[in-house]
Amino acid sequence: MSNRTVVPFGPQHPVLPEPIHLDLVLEDELVVEAIPSIGFIHRGLEKLVEKKDFIEFVYVAERICGICSFIHGQTYCQGIEELMKIQVPDRALFLRTIWGEMSRIHSHTLWLGLMADAFGFESLFMHSWRIRERLLDIIEETTGGRVIFGSCKIGGVRRDINSEVLQRIQGELNQMEKEMKEIANVFIKDKSVKNRLVGIGVLSRSEALMLGAVGPMLRASGVSQDMRKLGYAAYKNVEFEPITSEDGDSYARCVVRIKEVFQSFDIIRQCIQKIPAGPVDIKVTGNPSGEFFSRTEQPRGEVVYYLKANGTKNLERMRVRTPTFSNIPSIVKVIPGSQLADIPVLLLTIDPCISCTER
Amino acid sequence: MSIFTFWKTILKSLISKPATLMYPFIPRKFYPNTRGSIKNKIEACIYCGLCQRKCPTTAIVVSKPDKKWQIDIMRCVTCNACVDVCPTKCLSMENQYSTPVAKE
Ligand code: SF4
Ligand code: SF4
Repeated sequence: MSNRTVVPFGPQHPVLPEPIHLDLVLEDELVVEAIPSIGFIHRGLEKLVEKKDFIEFVYVAERICGICSFIHGQTYCQGIEELMKIQVPDRALFLRTIWGEMSRIHSHTLWLGLMADAFGFESLFMHSWRIRERLLDIIEETTGGRVIFGSCKIGGVRRDINSEVLQRIQGELNQMEKEMKEIANVFIKDKSVKNRLVGIGVLSRSEALMLGAVGPMLRASGVSQDMRKLGYAAYKNVEFEPITSEDGDSYARCVVRIKEVFQSFDIIRQCIQKIPAGPVDIKVTGNPSGEFFSRTEQPRGEVVYYLKANGTKNLERMRVRTPTFSNIPSIVKVIPGSQLADIPVLLLTIDPCISCTER
Repeated sequence: MSIFTFWKTILKSLISKPATLMYPFIPRKFYPNTRGSIKNKIEACIYCGLCQRKCPTTAIVVSKPDKKWQIDIMRCVTCNACVDVCPTKCLSMENQYSTPVAKE
């Protein structure tokens, strides 16, 4: 046996937008073990439910994560609405779906850019983010914020989008979709991209199920599971099928995310066609009581909000299980056996979001 | 598997305008909805304190007896909650961000 070396990876590393630490045990260039440690960015947001009342807490929930901000707020609101038996108007549900899918596109294009950067394709990175920038402008125009939308509230949404604006957005999205196709072509077909991704970090179907992987990570291993299929918000009214791939390697995860971008464009299109007229919120009175698990699909996978209320203004307990947290066991499992040079790319394929993992 | 998949994008970028703005010579345009900074038309304020109660970051402090309304813009997260509740509509959300300062 050759000598073993331990290389610390992170918490500050060029590919990592956020701090996570891995101790990589190497035999020459081969990684034989990865020991993760988290806890660099814990902010105690769950504890805040005791200070902020349940309506104010929407603002905190939105700030758990910068990228899936809207869906965090939405999941929280859905949980409270379920506890209080609030019937949210249909138009609000459609608007939530539209914004939710916009944030999925914005998250996935961000990831594609970071990925391109990680394997050293700088211009591809810039072009992915150029497309994302247009979407951020649309989001800013409709909600007022670029990443923290602040448009979801208990009982509905805080802003409406009128039909003219919706039609114009549709036109812009069609244009973006066309540009996205060009970029996607590079990710899917280019030789240099494939060299870095194909066959790296294979997670088999049974391993993915056993380790509780979620989201694109799970779907890339051939499991067709998507929380949107639960039919929350307006997903019961639109047609889509979870996107899967059989290979389970980094390339498969990349392809699944690219296809999901186009799927999101399609869902927004369907929503804009089907959106009903009517109010966008209803008045909320009283306090929640009871327990509920609220589950939705974020760009990174399934998020679970556990809410426990006792009939007062403040919730008794709130707990979030974020997708990155569920995906860490899988990534630790696939790292051994890879080359050291592949670790940055491999780690990025789970789309790590450490801030929401540690809250 | 193919090579030169990027040529179309490269050609397009060569002949089109840059996607970025030459900031600060060309300032960025904001939308009417953009949440930039809070402004209070203080003459219309009745010092009811609703905004203080609704603010999730406790950025606003209102004192009715000495007619004082103060905001700590470093704490404000531009969530719009105070604007929504203000009964006299004297609070408004400007679409320009507050200008940078050197001291708090
Ligand atoms: S809610 Fe409006 S009127 Fe009342 S104190 Fe605040 S700014 Fe003044
Ligand atoms: S915008 Fe939000 S954070 Fe800022 S002062 Fe108003 S309520 Fe407070």
